[in-house]
Amino acid sequence: MKINLLSGVAAAAVFAASFAHAQTSLTVGLQLEPPHLDPTSAAAGAIDQVLYSNVFEGLTRFGPDGSVNAGLAESWDISGDGLTYTFNLRSGVMFHDGTAMDAEDVVFSLDRARAEDSANAQKALFAGIDSVEAVDPTTVKVTLSTANGSFLFNMAWGDAVIVAPESIENIKTNPVGTGAFKFSNWVQGDQIELVKNADYWGTPAALEAATFKFISDPTAAFAAMMAEDIDVFSGYPAPENLPQFEADGRFQVLVGSTEGETILSTNNKMPPFDDVRVRKAVAHAIDRQAIIDGAMFGLGTPIGSHFAPHNPDYLDLTGNSQYDPELARSLLAEAGYPDGFTTTLKLPPPSYARRGGEIIASQLREVGIETVISNLEWAQWLEQVFRGYDFGLTIVSHTEPFDIGIYARPEYYFQYDNPKFQALMTDLNAEADPAARTALIHQLQSIISVDYVNGYLFQLATPTIAKAGVQGLWQDAPTQATDLTGVSWAN
Amino acid sequence: MIASRNLWIGAALTAGFALAALISFIWVPYDIETLNIAERMKTPTGAHPLGTDHFGRDILSMIMVGARTSIAVAIVAVCIGMGFGVPLGLAAASNRGSLLDELIGRGNDLIFAFPSLLIAILITANFGPSAVNAIIAIGIFNIPVFARLTRGSALSLWQREFILAARVAGKGSARISIEHILPNVLNLLIVQGTIQFSLGILAEASLSYVGLGAQPPVPSWGRMLADSQTMISLAPHLALFPGLAIVLTVLGLNLLGDGLRDLLDPRLRRDRG
Amino acid sequence: MVRYVLKRLISLAISLVVASVVIFAAIEVIPGDPAAFMLGINAQPDTIAALREQLGLDVPMFQRYFNWVGGLLVGDFGTSYTYRTEVADMIGERLWISLPLALIALTLSTLIAFPVGILAASRRGSVADVTVMGVTQLGVAVPNFWFAMLMVLVFSINLRWFSAGGFPGWDEGLFAGLKALTLPAISLALPQASILARVMRSALLDTLGEDFMRTARAKGLTRKQALWRHALRNAMIPVLTIIGLQFSFLMAGAIIIENVFFLPGLGRLIFQSISQRDLIVVESVVMLLVFAVILINFAVDIAYAVVDPRLRRSQ
Repeated sequence: MKINLLSGVAAAAVFAASFAHAQTSLTVGLQLEPPHLDPTSAAAGAIDQVLYSNVFEGLTRFGPDGSVNAGLAESWDISGDGLTYTFNLRSGVMFHDGTAMDAEDVVFSLDRARAEDSANAQKALFAGIDSVEAVDPTTVKVTLSTANGSFLFNMAWGDAVIVAPESIENIKTNPVGTGAFKFSNWVQGDQIELVKNADYWGTPAALEAATFKFISDPTAAFAAMMAEDIDVFSGYPAPENLPQFEADGRFQVLVGSTEGETILSTNNKMPPFDDVRVRKAVAHAIDRQAIIDGAMFGLGTPIGSHFAPHNPDYLDLTGNSQYDPELARSLLAEAGYPDGFTTTLKLPPPSYARRGGEIIASQLREVGIETVISNLEWAQWLEQVFRGYDFGLTIVSHTEPFDIGIYARPEYYFQYDNPKFQALMTDLNAEADPAARTALIHQLQSIISVDYVNGYLFQLATPTIAKAGVQGLWQDAPTQATDLTGVSWAN
Repeated sequence: MIASRNLWIGAALTAGFALAALISFIWVPYDIETLNIAERMKTPTGAHPLGTDHFGRDILSMIMVGARTSIAVAIVAVCIGMGFGVPLGLAAASNRGSLLDELIGRGNDLIFAFPSLLIAILITANFGPSAVNAIIAIGIFNIPVFARLTRGSALSLWQREFILAARVAGKGSARISIEHILPNVLNLLIVQGTIQFSLGILAEASLSYVGLGAQPPVPSWGRMLADSQTMISLAPHLALFPGLAIVLTVLGLNLLGDGLRDLLDPRLRRDRG
Repeated sequence: MVRYVLKRLISLAISLVVASVVIFAAIEVIPGDPAAFMLGINAQPDTIAALREQLGLDVPMFQRYFNWVGGLLVGDFGTSYTYRTEVADMIGERLWISLPLALIALTLSTLIAFPVGILAASRRGSVADVTVMGVTQLGVAVPNFWFAMLMVLVFSINLRWFSAGGFPGWDEGLFAGLKALTLPAISLALPQASILARVMRSALLDTLGEDFMRTARAKGLTRKQALWRHALRNAMIPVLTIIGLQFSFLMAGAIIIENVFFLPGLGRLIFQSISQRDLIVVESVVMLLVFAVILINFAVDIAYAVVDPRLRRSQ
């Protein structure tokens, strides 16, 4: 089997380049500043938000629609048993420091990521790799211990980009990649500057320079956008301001989908949530639309299971948990809690959680469930909720793409333990036939939906605000990235 | 003349907010635990004299219940400061120059070196945010204030003749401190207590503004301001009224403190102007 | 005098040691693992362990304390867990925002408070005096962060004169930097100016009532001349004390104001580092702030002792 895909991004860039315009620099606002600039040793999405595809590239790469396209590997062969991947690398690719990118760099990058002392935050992506060999300078052979249908998908992640041994030591402050932009300067606490890579192997970027400016305060973001200090704000933090931008002809507002299923995570092992009737009662006590309106000012799509609505295999299961406080009350009575009960609701920092939490607390109170809210920082949340299982309810957006597999892990913080689901998940991993896979995925969605494992709220949306003349931006966010390789100014 | 006018304005403002807080226990215009998204961010009308917030809650009701939080936190913090600070100050004064005096003095300096916000951040990082943590953080900061004040004024009292007389009568230091010194510094303590009370209201507002105070759904003025920040261009009244509540309460307490000081001890007038 | 200074020096040293122990202990026990935070929810336990080792977190706590204090003594503040850069460099960079902010605010509050306080004192009971007293009473009651929000609403969102937050860096030029610090400095300065103006006024009124002033008036100086030539100088002692005290208040107030305006200063660094569990940074910054306050207190004590020898005994 041989696959060779033309990158949609590159096509867009060709189109854009023909309309080159005097205005060739772009200032992009982002809410979060990266802690450092090594995407292969931190979970911080802020790193990928700046560097993914712009500075660093992997063997494969995500397109704007989430598809997996060719990256530094222009093609690949997969052995019949699905265990051996032979990647044919593009020739003549140079790192920004002038050294050549070859098979040895790929071996180095993958071995580094899966090494025992690796600090890669997504080490599981590389878990199935048995060996990585350089056959010749442009051919790499990767052998897996078990077949893995998502291997090419895994290699597209920002955590799997190709880095060079020559520049690895200072990667945290001076990232050297192969992308269409070179890292130029970082004013800590303020901005990161990139410049066009004139020696890029593919279609060169239309922009000569790009500046990422970090503005975490929503009020300041609003003021900076209105003052036209920045050209694009990716992941605009305050949905309440969108109508003001939409009404203003100077701006365009793109509302895209993300991979973030926002859920009311429930401690399935903690009484009374170990009783499915109680979980069902919670599900029926929640008015999703009120949460989307109240917390997100209308942004977001209701979901009834842990699956992204834009995925072709999505099943609309919101009907299983219609807002019905009467039903919720009677379910609680049936489960032995006619007067309700009290539980904890622990909220991490994002506003979807903080605002959503206040609304959910009020909705649960209607059916007799009292919640004690505590607002936590991420570190506290990880410690208490994620690792400590010390919570009744929490709200969090699970932003990894296609992550329904977490329901097959009984130790995962909401502690759902269903052998039937786990067996189906194993079947899915071994299944190659698309139709059979779809059927399995539908089944998986249904099981957790009618088991009311968690309260399913909405798919997180991401608003991008841009000046009217900016074109080629990604609307959706299939991964955390601000891919500027195809962005340009219209005349 | 001005003094008594201050006293009356201050007392009226303070009483107004205290009354609002008390009334809120039995009645508020609207239930603040029920959200009404459809009615959110309404500007002031007859039905909602101060408008509604981003969840459609009545801001007047929120401010009334929020007064409870502010007042409770500030009062308890003053009590902590007095409860620890006054005995420490009395002990230090009655053993002037001793190791105990030195220890208390240096301990006060040390606490003063930690801004209360830092103490609050550290406590919160350890135990999670709550109104109790805000109380402790502000309370700790109050201890050296009262300890220093008590020590300072007790020291001068120890030189007075009526204390010498008590000493000649065979009373111990502790007994003299309680029976003779304490009543004589009480006025000062009441005045300082009012001032610390108003500082406590401000401190509570700052702490809950940065998310270190009372947790939702319990309203607090500082958090109302924090919540309103991103909507300030859409609905400025969300930020206006809680802020005014803080200003008026603090103003009232400061005027009350000034007035009380003039009333109780005119000699002190110059200390604060 | 030498003996007094020595005694104070010893107590300064003890205070610093106690402070360092308290700070280290209070911060190290904070729940939450920096390595776990950095690696996020998909990290595997062995990855976290590997990172902990890289960061030097696998060393026992008391040994880390001595490493930290030992480093502080020679100016080595350690390496930040999250940013992997020298803490000393980070602090140095942030100080270039916090220090100018505090200094501008202090200057501003002094520039406002002095003339206002003098005006009020020299025309005691006049309309000007009553107005000053009323306005400053209000100024003391306004929370600085609320005042900051209102200024953002008026000057950033409505008038668009200033940006609502952030700092362009001094590289962009002095003007751009000062412009970004203008609103934060004003919001910090206003309450301080109110307090200072009130102190100025009452200190002046006190000295005006003292004997040497009456002598000066008797010698034929007008009230105004007496005020300028004698009273002002004598009133400076309480005023300077307050200014000294205000500096530590400004440092603390800056923590909040930096957060309102998202200025990358020391205050914001504390919040950020706490939430990222970058504990070594928190410890060093808190220690630095506490050290500054203790040092200022020490200097004030010594200055008093120089001015007023009686204090050496009574303290």
